[in-house]
Amino acid sequence: MITVEHLTKCYGDFMAVKDLSFEIEEGHVYGFLGPNGAGKSTTMNIMTGCLSATGGHVRIDGHDIFEEPKQAKKLIGYLPEQPPLYLNETPVEYLHFVGQAKGLKGGELETQIQEVMELTRNQDMRNRSIAALSKGYRQRVGIAQALLGRPKVIILDEPTVGLDPIQIIEIRDLIRQLGQDHTVIFSSHILSEVQTICDQILMIAHGQLVAFDRPENLEKRLLSPNEITLSTDAAADEAVQILTQVEHLSQVDVVGTELGITTLRLKTDAEDIHTVSRAIFFAFARSGKALLELSLKKANLEDIFLELTEQQEKPAGEQEADTL
Amino acid sequence: MIAILKHELRSYFHSLTAYVFGAFLLAFMGLGAMLYNIQAAYSNFEFVLSFGSLVMVVIVPILTMRVLAEERKQKTDQLLYSLPISTLEIILGKYLAMLVLFLIPMGVISLYPLIFSLFGDVYLPTSYGSILAFFIMGSALIALGMFISSLTDNQGLAAGIGIAIILFNYYSVSLSEQVSSTPIGAVIACLVLILVLGAIIRFLTGNENLSFWCSIALMAVVAVLFYLDSSAFEGLLPQLMAKLSLFDRFNTIVNGVFDMTAIVYYLSIIVFFLFLSVQSLEKRRYN
Repeated sequence: MITVEHLTKCYGDFMAVKDLSFEIEEGHVYGFLGPNGAGKSTTMNIMTGCLSATGGHVRIDGHDIFEEPKQAKKLIGYLPEQPPLYLNETPVEYLHFVGQAKGLKGGELETQIQEVMELTRNQDMRNRSIAALSKGYRQRVGIAQALLGRPKVIILDEPTVGLDPIQIIEIRDLIRQLGQDHTVIFSSHILSEVQTICDQILMIAHGQLVAFDRPENLEKRLLSPNEITLSTDAAADEAVQILTQVEHLSQVDVVGTELGITTLRLKTDAEDIHTVSRAIFFAFARSGKALLELSLKKANLEDIFLELTEQQEKPAGEQEADTL
Repeated sequence: MIAILKHELRSYFHSLTAYVFGAFLLAFMGLGAMLYNIQAAYSNFEFVLSFGSLVMVVIVPILTMRVLAEERKQKTDQLLYSLPISTLEIILGKYLAMLVLFLIPMGVISLYPLIFSLFGDVYLPTSYGSILAFFIMGSALIALGMFISSLTDNQGLAAGIGIAIILFNYYSVSLSEQVSSTPIGAVIACLVLILVLGAIIRFLTGNENLSFWCSIALMAVVAVLFYLDSSAFEGLLPQLMAKLSLFDRFNTIVNGVFDMTAIVYYLSIIVFFLFLSVQSLEKRRYN
């Protein structure tokens, strides 16, 4: 659907996007994840033809965005970071303009406006001035605008920034709903958001792609050994002794003993963490010691994200040191 | 392009701009008609237009100041870039919308000579020739104003620069009599113009080397020409100032000569500034 090849963008001496390549397939929700200033907006602006690239290609369904901008742009609906609204108009007037500019006419224009208004739940605000709308409603008008013309791809740049929690949930539901018949790409720097909505995650740091995979695969691939924390009424050496019966424990640390309760932190290399926790349970049961608490800690995307972006930062830091 | 045109027209009528522009133009023309045609009882409507051309100094920048500056400020230019329309269509749509707005008061003004002809002898060809020329001159000024608006995101600044440039243009013939007509003066003026040109190239292309070498080359040409025949520069500066004046050419037409070179000059000014506006809009994609 969308092919990005060796995309590079320089602002003067600063390289915002470095040799970025990826491919986006039809019918998924893609999350574009990265810290602020990672080049997310720049990449999205280039993909939608709002910005030129210093090098590389972007093809939308085979149409190069720079060489055949009209055909390519017809396939995309874009909501920039700041919704591009004319504040002195009403949503209906605004959508009429965008629809006409996208080549819609007459009855088709009216039906589509009705459709996108319903989808984004904007009907109540249809004749109010956009200037009087709250941020959440403005964002919806912005999304409605992107949906006009029934584009195959919807690109949303940080659609939930600056909204209150209820609005955030509504926008997320909307994105999920859109994902049913569109390819949706949306950027965010909030991990949990991307994790819950997306089929695929593109992680970007310092203008480079650091990961591109399904959320669960990302977790699997980059998971640090799973961790188990447990508390028992056995003494520390006793507990360690009991744990020797359990397989797949790569590391056993005694955190401390307090009021006769020992806390231990274990690391495991087992595929399924639950087989390990079951073994621990029976090991303690057999020895007649009580297991007071057992908690499993999986590495989450947060950890992966930090790990990946830090990896990227190191070489960049070295380069800076060299130039200094 | 039609979508942009309609949208622009609607937003002009939403705001006061369209009304202020039309009202000022009509009020000033009405005043002129009263002074020349009624009180002084001239039968030539052209003089009214000549008198009225001064008001263009103020109202054209008022009309054009927001056209691109506001899009940039509100970040709605991102929408325009992402829509399946070309930059040329955006510029043409916006420009034509302003011409339509200009056409409305001009349509009203076109009735005046007809009305006057009911009460006396009015030579209609010169009247309507001048009205046509006035419209084309106004269109050239609007194109200039639009380009100025494309350079900044501040409406006020766009209006201020527009008024300053058009006012300078309005008085450039009178000023040209005051400036030095010596060859040295002309050379200095040429060099300043070359530097300005270099700055424009630098701004539009972002290419320092290109603008630098263009300026150097042009300066070298000027220096060589000056060395070969310094008398050719005699009186060049005042001539140049007079030639650049849009209003001076209009006055020729007012005096009864329908000068086709003036029309061609206006049309080339329009094309030139529309081209620059497109370039200026395109250039924003590069930074």
